Amino acid sequence: MANTPVLEIKDLQAKVNDTPILRGINLTLQQGEVHAIMGPNGSGKSTLANVLAGREDYVVTGGSVKYQGKDLLGLSPEERAREGVFLAFQYPVEIPGVSNSYFLRTALNAIRTHRGQDPVDAMDFLKLIKEKMKFVEMDPKFQNRAVNQGFSGGEKKRNEILQMAILEPTLAILDETDSGLDIDALRIVAEGVNALRKENHAVLVVTHYQRLLDYLIPDFVHVLVDGKIARSGDKGLALELEEKGYAEFDSSATA
Amino acid sequence: MSESASKIEELIDREYEHGFVTDIDTDEIPAGLNEDVIRIISAKKDEPEFMLEWRLKAFRHWQTMEEPKWHNVHYPPINYQDIVYYSAPKSKDDMPKSLDEVDPELLATYDKLGIPLHERERLAGVAVDAVFDSVSVATTFKDKLAEVGIIFGSFSEAVREHPDLIQKYLGSVVPVGDNYFAALNSAVFSDGSFCFIPKGVRSPMELSTYFRINAANTGQFERTLIVAEEGAHVSYLEGCTAPMRDENQLHAAVVELVALDNAEIKYSTVQNWYPGDKNGKGGIYNFVTKRGICQKNAKISWTQVETGSAITWKYPSVILKGDNSVGEFYSVALTNNRQQADTGTKMIHIGKNTKSNILSKGISAGHGQNASRGLVKVMKGADNARNFTQCDSLLIGDKCGAHTFPYMEVRNPSAQVEHEATTAKISEDQLFYCMQRGLSAEDAVSLIVSGFCKEVFKELPMEFAVEATKLLGVSLEGSVG
Ligand SMILES: Nc1ncnc2c1ncn2[C@@H]1O[C@H](COP(=O)(O)OP(=O)(O)O)[C@@H](O)[C@H]1O
Ligand SMILES: [Mg+2]
Repeated sequence: MANTPVLEIKDLQAKVNDTPILRGINLTLQQGEVHAIMGPNGSGKSTLANVLAGREDYVVTGGSVKYQGKDLLGLSPEERAREGVFLAFQYPVEIPGVSNSYFLRTALNAIRTHRGQDPVDAMDFLKLIKEKMKFVEMDPKFQNRAVNQGFSGGEKKRNEILQMAILEPTLAILDETDSGLDIDALRIVAEGVNALRKENHAVLVVTHYQRLLDYLIPDFVHVLVDGKIARSGDKGLALELEEKGYAEFDSSATA
Repeated sequence: MSESASKIEELIDREYEHGFVTDIDTDEIPAGLNEDVIRIISAKKDEPEFMLEWRLKAFRHWQTMEEPKWHNVHYPPINYQDIVYYSAPKSKDDMPKSLDEVDPELLATYDKLGIPLHERERLAGVAVDAVFDSVSVATTFKDKLAEVGIIFGSFSEAVREHPDLIQKYLGSVVPVGDNYFAALNSAVFSDGSFCFIPKGVRSPMELSTYFRINAANTGQFERTLIVAEEGAHVSYLEGCTAPMRDENQLHAAVVELVALDNAEIKYSTVQNWYPGDKNGKGGIYNFVTKRGICQKNAKISWTQVETGSAITWKYPSVILKGDNSVGEFYSVALTNNRQQADTGTKMIHIGKNTKSNILSKGISAGHGQNASRGLVKVMKGADNARNFTQCDSLLIGDKCGAHTFPYMEVRNPSAQVEHEATTAKISEDQLFYCMQRGLSAEDAVSLIVSGFCKEVFKELPMEFAVEATKLLGVSLEGSVG
């Protein structure tokens, strides 16, 4: 168990609406590692994130994914979530009339129940959410606001990090959480990720820019092009991409 | 249809948890309706002559009427001669005098329904009148309420013990010939609840009636009359369930509220009659007339959560007769599978500076059809009348329907009447978002639905709000796989 990778993706292929999008992905996240996935628009980054989270419209056509040594693809989305897989959405969803804190407590308790733990009561949860809101520098009034409703783009992303901080996932996948954020918010996202940098955990950060990686030093950087990982490297690769762009990775280069 | 949309459909399949039958001896009269049946009912209740006359007048009027057809609900013709108009649990020796004498089988039934009738138990802050088929079987906390002058108990008893009050107020808000179902109810109603809150008294606890249909082929025709005298306040709750049966059963009730000057009545309903099965077999036809009248500065507030019945047809209304009076209507109506609901309210502004507020939330799932109907009528003399209406619909899946019919009749130029309507669908994005946080599809749907209903739920008394949230969850069970 001690050295089982958190995530092991082998030759993963997936399609959306009959269009093949992922075309053979290989990726292994060891415990404690943070991996960044970069790549041009439309290269399949969100598709990969959604496939890992179990979204239905994304159909796996080949390959395998092991999470903590066990098959991940056979689990329903909620089972994956309860097992500790968390996706910070590129476009967080609004849920009118449901308070942020009620939503989060329901989520936390679904996960705790799955683990055979007692649900947290309202009082204990209040303490927890207060502490975590401070950590992500969110105004406490967001507790009682409806989930993401009327939040600015940046507030929604911050709210995703709040959820991540409370649910403490084993595998966190951040889909362009950094897009459209100012420097302060970037720092908070990075702190959120760094807090998960510990044994048993791993983080997959999908990002478009190298900016975030100034605050968050990834152990590995992968470039996804046309549904395949075209290159892998360390932080230096991100800097190189920043300079040269994705021009060198046209389709022929990845074929 | 995408896969997740069909999953949403599956989630809507429900189990009805109150569908059991209590095996108890009943005193029933044969099916059929004529003047003799009405005489028998009246005699069984030991009613004074004026009651019988009133019933017969209603019956004669009903015979001249036609069943309404203007609504957006569809059902095969009802044969009124096939219905049993009176069925009562046979008690050992006539009426139970105290709770201890109530048939244990009945007490067990109410326990099972979550309404313990023992005063010591859970619903300690609520007085309950339990109506089983055609009669009231028990009323809790009667004595305690009597200490402050409140009369609360079965309608039949009130007819015997307070005929003057009954004669004064019965039919004063809903006249015998008001509509087809109200006329039928007036002719054959068998029991119900009566509350009288004297001048200046605030009821020290919530009053409630729990209606249970048990016997087969019987109709339930109950009548509720609440009178709040000058400055009196009362909050009243009503709950309903019935066993699962393949036949449709008719429930035609009438509720009348009288709020004298400065009085306030808050009337909350959680209606969970058996809705029929997935294919629309069985279920209760719920045709109900509810109306209140407000004198000066009075306020009547209707809150309803309608999740049951094969057909729901009801329009709790307020006649704002006195100046400065206020009428409110908060409604959640859920239709699933083959259920149909045609519901809404009427606010009749007669007095000056009268205000009304309508907030209606319709949820349709499966093949459910939900019509929301609102009439706002401002009469000539109603200077500065104000109304605000908000009608929101939520669709789950793509085989259901929501229909909004706002009607406005404004005869006073100083009136302000506003209407807003929205329709939304539960999106797959919302479901996936919730599921990615660990919620099951079912919990996700009920969370989203309860968020949608929040503004109505907050109008319900605490005990009911919890119950209503649970009920919505159960009602939507199975709608996503
Ligand atoms: N739901 C969908 N329906 C149709 N095409 C989709 C859908 N989701 C993604 N795609 C297509 O898949 C490709 C990869 O998209 P995506 O994974 O979102 O890329 P990225 O996140 O790297 O920008 C794009 O060509 C996009 O148009
Ligand atoms: Mg993307």
